[in-house]
Amino acid sequence: MRVGVSIVVAGLWLIALQARAQEQHPEVTIQDPFIELHTGPGRGYPIFHVAGRGENIEVLRRRTDWFQVRVARGEEGWVPLEQMARTLDTDGEAFEVPGSTLEDYTRRRWEAGFLYGDFGGANLISAYGGFGMSENLQIELSIGQALGRFSDSVIASLSLTHLMFPDKRWTPLFTLGAGRVETSPKATLVGTIDRSDSMANAGFGVRSYLARRFVFRAEYKSYVVFTSRDDNEEIGEWKAGFSFFF
Amino acid sequence: MESRLLVLFLTAALAAGAGGCARQRTVAAGDSGNPPVIEPEVDRREIEQARIDTEDFEIGVYMGQLSVEDFGVNNVLGGHFAYHITEGFFVDLSVGRSDTERTSFERLSGAAQLLTEDEREYSYYNVSLGYNVLPGEAFVGENRAINTAIYVIGGVGKTDFAGDDRFTLNLGVGIRIMPLDWLAVHADFRDYIYDIDLLGQEKTAHNLEARVGVSFFF
Repeated sequence: MRVGVSIVVAGLWLIALQARAQEQHPEVTIQDPFIELHTGPGRGYPIFHVAGRGENIEVLRRRTDWFQVRVARGEEGWVPLEQMARTLDTDGEAFEVPGSTLEDYTRRRWEAGFLYGDFGGANLISAYGGFGMSENLQIELSIGQALGRFSDSVIASLSLTHLMFPDKRWTPLFTLGAGRVETSPKATLVGTIDRSDSMANAGFGVRSYLARRFVFRAEYKSYVVFTSRDDNEEIGEWKAGFSFFF
Repeated sequence: MESRLLVLFLTAALAAGAGGCARQRTVAAGDSGNPPVIEPEVDRREIEQARIDTEDFEIGVYMGQLSVEDFGVNNVLGGHFAYHITEGFFVDLSVGRSDTERTSFERLSGAAQLLTEDEREYSYYNVSLGYNVLPGEAFVGENRAINTAIYVIGGVGKTDFAGDDRFTLNLGVGIRIMPLDWLAVHADFRDYIYDIDLLGQEKTAHNLEARVGVSFFF
């Protein structure tokens, strides 16, 4: 009950915060013969207003690749990124929009993604965040949870990824990293305890830029787990998934 | 050994001295020429690209009914966090929990309890990819149109129930209605699929969830 009330209060506060946000919005000038305002930020939404060349419009917000603008007469509508890129800002220069093309992807700094795969026979759900130190080199932190028949594991790994051809659509990649694996055997097994070990991993994969901000990624990693027993454990992992960049 | 140290110190001192001398030898370049006659004051308005409010993230809460196979239909409460990648695709992270009731077997037999109270707590998280299949508009009254989108969603996750963590697949459809540009109301229907072997043999269970939620874009 109390949790519900606090959630509602937090929600109302958020609403109030949004309503009070009356900031100065950037203004751009239309350079094309006209730009079209759509009723919504997506495909299929009809055009309901056209603003002509030379008009100043205010840019209110952005949702994926659509910009909500307000024209001088007060109408608010959504303009696609391709048309916004051809407007001019107050300095007379082209409106710079951090866009979603392959070029923007090679210049990106932050990337995040979710992958699904197999970790030594167990189902693996994994998420990662990466920072691009240069075009080819990226440092990544990935957290994964493997759910198997006999045990569950949580894997955390910090790795360095090298992309061979970052400016091409398809590129192979190589990773090298280290981290920890925490294994908890299933409740039905008797006499086993949780264990936490360090590990190192190396792998290769492929990354494919699909469209807009969507990137497909698949990789195979070989893990060496440094257990407290005499033998080190070797586990193979493959996973594939989607990532997006900022 | 000592002579070597001495040579090292002398070299360092020589280098420092030479450097100092070199700096003193540069001619101080002063202002030559007359100051400009007119200094125009240009007031430039700069657009700060970062100040365009990008609202790709969505956070919200939901509640509904979760039907857990063999364990009744119970209330579920949860939250979700979504990131809209393109106008079609979005990624959604949902976390929820529900308290299940006793099975009919447990109620009828009177004695045998399959699960402890702790094990009856059903909690889950999942990461899903959704696609807005049918964007559109809904007309409210005579003059108002609000944006809507019907989407399909599917993903993987984990369910913690009956003493074990279970890998769960989820599939669903939903509708998102946006009465305001930054506010969305969701109605979702999801099917959670996992393997469970509690009642003797292993089977694939389908848990259906119907939920309604409110979320904010930020």
